[in-house]
Amino acid sequence: MQTFQAIMKIWRGQFLAAAVIALFLTGCNKPSSAPGVGGDTIKVGEFASMTGSEATFGQSSHKGTALAIDDLNAAGGVLGKKFELLMEDDQSQAGQPATVVRKLISRDGVVAILGEVASSRSLEAAPICQQNKIPMISPSSTNPKVTEAGDYIFRVCFIDPFQGTVMANFALHTLHLKNVAVLTDVKSDYSLGLAKFFKEGFIAGGGKIIAEQNYSGGDKDFNAQLTSLKSSKPDGIFVPGYYTEAGLIALQAKQLGINVPLFGGDGWESSSLVPIGGAALEGDYFSTHYSPEDTSPAVQDFVKKFKAKYKETPDAMAALGYDSAMILAAAMKSAGTTDGAKVRDALAAVKDFSGVTGKITMDANRNASKPAVILTIKNGEFKYVETISP
Amino acid sequence: MSEFIQQLINGLALGSILALIALGYTMVYGILRFINFAHGDIFMLGAFAGFYLAPKVATVLPTPSIGSGLAVMGISMAICAGLGIVIERLAYRPLRSRPKLTVLITAIGVSLFLEYTGQFVFGAAPKKFPEIIPVYPIMKLGGLSVTSNQIIVLAVTLILLLALRFIVLKTKIGMAMRALAFNPEAAALMGINTDVVISFTFGLGSALAAAAGILFAVNYPAIDPLMGILPGLKAFVAAVLGGIGNLPGAALGGVIIGVTETLVAGYISSTYRDAIAFGILILILLIKPSGLLGKKEIEKV
Repeated sequence: MQTFQAIMKIWRGQFLAAAVIALFLTGCNKPSSAPGVGGDTIKVGEFASMTGSEATFGQSSHKGTALAIDDLNAAGGVLGKKFELLMEDDQSQAGQPATVVRKLISRDGVVAILGEVASSRSLEAAPICQQNKIPMISPSSTNPKVTEAGDYIFRVCFIDPFQGTVMANFALHTLHLKNVAVLTDVKSDYSLGLAKFFKEGFIAGGGKIIAEQNYSGGDKDFNAQLTSLKSSKPDGIFVPGYYTEAGLIALQAKQLGINVPLFGGDGWESSSLVPIGGAALEGDYFSTHYSPEDTSPAVQDFVKKFKAKYKETPDAMAALGYDSAMILAAAMKSAGTTDGAKVRDALAAVKDFSGVTGKITMDANRNASKPAVILTIKNGEFKYVETISP
Repeated sequence: MSEFIQQLINGLALGSILALIALGYTMVYGILRFINFAHGDIFMLGAFAGFYLAPKVATVLPTPSIGSGLAVMGISMAICAGLGIVIERLAYRPLRSRPKLTVLITAIGVSLFLEYTGQFVFGAAPKKFPEIIPVYPIMKLGGLSVTSNQIIVLAVTLILLLALRFIVLKTKIGMAMRALAFNPEAAALMGINTDVVISFTFGLGSALAAAAGILFAVNYPAIDPLMGILPGLKAFVAAVLGGIGNLPGAALGGVIIGVTETLVAGYISSTYRDAIAFGILILILLIKPSGLLGKKEIEKV
């Protein structure tokens, strides 16, 4: 009896191993020899945080991308084929991007990947795209490390060293601040990077960082950190985090009687910022990629089309999502193929591409070199302050 | 000095919310000797009940006002009390005679079920909690700022604690609860309907969690379906710290955790806030394994 059980066990083990190998083999099989072009469409994958703590980022970005795909298809697509956008939600959770991007590449056979907004999650997907030689364009991940993952990784937004320097100069020269405190989200690569470059720029410009405090993304209570910052009497607080926390921080700062301006980066740009922070955000500033108030025809045309489709004003994430798809299509057109290596070369050669978010030129590190915009919050709305060029 | 007192006030407000949640853990443990891990999610459901109730209440009562705040809190407490009773009836009662580990695993299952059903039904994105209690201008006492919300949190917690004390010590059902905690078999033999008492305990604990949910949402008005995980965990620790099964101990534990966390974040490092706060907990438990106010129990073998 015992031997019988032992045999059963071994047999079962082998069976399982065989089943796993079989699954693995079928899973890895690409659907056709020319991935993504087998049918009559060009399959483009997108991963976005449609739900979870940065949901408005993913939703905005996806709306922009989807609008671009519609526009491209209305104009007949490229290479005589129409685009098909396959979107996966990564729920704003670490670990999910790797899963969904693997699925997009190996099961759906996409020829390019668009995404994500949050740098932490783009950093997860980048090595996978690099390994599979699939070009990836991040619409709005600003941490420099993202494109360092490999030569197939691009972005259409500016990077944090530039954004941090812009905010440092803005604090020094426009707001005339001397002593600034910094409140960083230690769980986010984006926040850590932006804080670092802001501090370097601010100190180089003659300012002083008088206090620093940290929090972890997802925290709700910032009273302890703010009380401690308050005692060092800063004349401004730099909050390089995302909008949910930025709104709560502004609210609690005002309740503690902190009446100095708060300012942050493009992580603040969300339709959820003002509902959470309310009147406490009045007179605060953040840097971002574009303003819908821009009068240039490219921006106004985009705003008109976006409003017609979604009945809302597009924010920077939507504009960048749009540009990411447009630049991909332009690269495929100039490459004359959807082959990963050739599209990569075409992307690296992009120069003076007129996007909604300004003129985009890819530099040697596959980062977009382009201007930044500063917005302020007035009567619960984002208002344009100034544009700063690199 | 004023900064220190300010940090104490911040810590007290946070701690009293944890205390309210901790009471539910400790009551259930006192009677059933098991940890209801879904308790933190009842806290979340309390906040969401408030979120959906507020606009309905606003059509009847002027909002924001003290009246509307109390109405939202009251109805949300009633809803969660009902939910707590239903969860106990469906998930825990059928397993009552099984090993304690079975019930414990079920509780974790219920917790995950509530969190992810919440994500499906309410959506995973954080929601702005409406203003249901008027925010009065900040009171300034020599460099200190106390918000009306912080005072409301402290006052409501105190009132609920006194009410709970009254229920447990002065009413018949409270006496039955204490009897059941002391010896369930003997209590049943004396004619106490244990099912009713256990349902009541779950209802009472869940109502307190709902009240904590509303207070939390009023102070930190961004709510999401996973908001109960961390406060739930910390409240559980608070209950253990105070001596699990002991009501004043749970309240004390909550306040200690809240104040320690705030002081560590304010003076040492906010990155190591939880690590240091929980390190202190380990120290206290090493010195006094039954918790601060817990009684030493002699295990009969």
